[in-house]
Amino acid sequence: MARITAGIATSHVPAIGAAFDLGRTQEPYWKPVFDGYDWVKAFQQREEPDVVILCYNDHASAMMLDVVPTFALGCAEEFEPADEGWGKRPVPTVMGDPVLAAHLAEQLVIDEFDMTLMNHLDVDHGLTVPLSLMFGKVEQWPVRVIPLAVNVTQFPTPSAERCWQLGARIRDAVLSYPANLNVQIWGTGGMSHQLQGPRAGLINPEFDNAFLDKLVDRPDELRKLTRLEFLRESGSEGIELIMWLIMRGAMGYTVRELQRFYHVPASNTAVGHVVYRPLV
Amino acid sequence: MRTRLYSLDELDDIPGTKVFTAMRSRQAYHLHKFCMSLMEAANREAFREDERAYLDRFRMSPEQKQAVIDRDFNQLIELGGNIYFLVKLSNTDGWSTQKAVGSMTGMTPDEYAAMMRAGGRSIEGNRSIKGKN
Repeated sequence: MARITAGIATSHVPAIGAAFDLGRTQEPYWKPVFDGYDWVKAFQQREEPDVVILCYNDHASAMMLDVVPTFALGCAEEFEPADEGWGKRPVPTVMGDPVLAAHLAEQLVIDEFDMTLMNHLDVDHGLTVPLSLMFGKVEQWPVRVIPLAVNVTQFPTPSAERCWQLGARIRDAVLSYPANLNVQIWGTGGMSHQLQGPRAGLINPEFDNAFLDKLVDRPDELRKLTRLEFLRESGSEGIELIMWLIMRGAMGYTVRELQRFYHVPASNTAVGHVVYRPLV
Repeated sequence: MRTRLYSLDELDDIPGTKVFTAMRSRQAYHLHKFCMSLMEAANREAFREDERAYLDRFRMSPEQKQAVIDRDFNQLIELGGNIYFLVKLSNTDGWSTQKAVGSMTGMTPDEYAAMMRAGGRSIEGNRSIKGKN
């Protein structure tokens, strides 16, 4: 039987990817950011996950123009890094798991989540920056990845509660998969940031730290947050944090927090990162 | 009448913020098609060679075309644009995302970068126009 053994969340700022690719990780501005991920890199070496279900948002690289899916599941054998206007990131092709993806697709629709299925999908920094942070510079990624793209950009996004429920159904689907797989689920994006208009540069450490506290043992309070509260308090792009609730919903109610990291700033963004172990 | 947690008018009450809706997405469809075309190196070349001629390949409004030429990101957002499409343009220019984003604040790139290093823009006074908090 497959099991979800850990839940991980992290920001996915493009400038982190650029600093990583250009070898600037030891510069004074970037060192504190990358140091925050030393712990998880060692953790991943011990854990050796087989598959990651990676919740992220496409940044107008493969979706958002002609189709705007609320929840889209990547079902392909492989996913190429997207060219976001400066050339592709020099990172390995992301290998998928079409068999588990098909199982998830089937189970989730049966459980009332009408997923969009992507048989071709180029993946942008939203997906590849978290992989770089968790595994460092590698010849090939040591895990298979099932991308789960969430609309966090075009209003209305799914609600926090809906994201939690999706996570819970993902957990059921994984548990009903016969192969003995070590599965992780990652929620990415956030924390507070705003990338548009005169309010750009907004950072709300009070909101972010309360979010990090509640995510551990009072997640019900976060499930009640409205889209408006996210937009007001965490910035127009901070609403990406709903993707952390998919991860958290897939953990079951009780978790042990293994790691927490918070740092301001990386470019325009507050960086947050947690690692949880489900306790049921 | 359905009860909602808040009126959708509240979305217009966040200072300095345009919420990207389905209507805006449609308004900017051709602008965004132009932005996404810049994901190919050959198109970036063609755009650099003759911006105006390249823009004329797209069914964008004259205002949208002018705002692209001017790199006026606030205006592009006013005309329906969303930053995730628009950074394809600033990436083509070799700008950092921070430079593109900072250009909308009325601050110089150095002033904006300094604000971010110092912890970013405070939420105080930036939550609500009518609440003034």
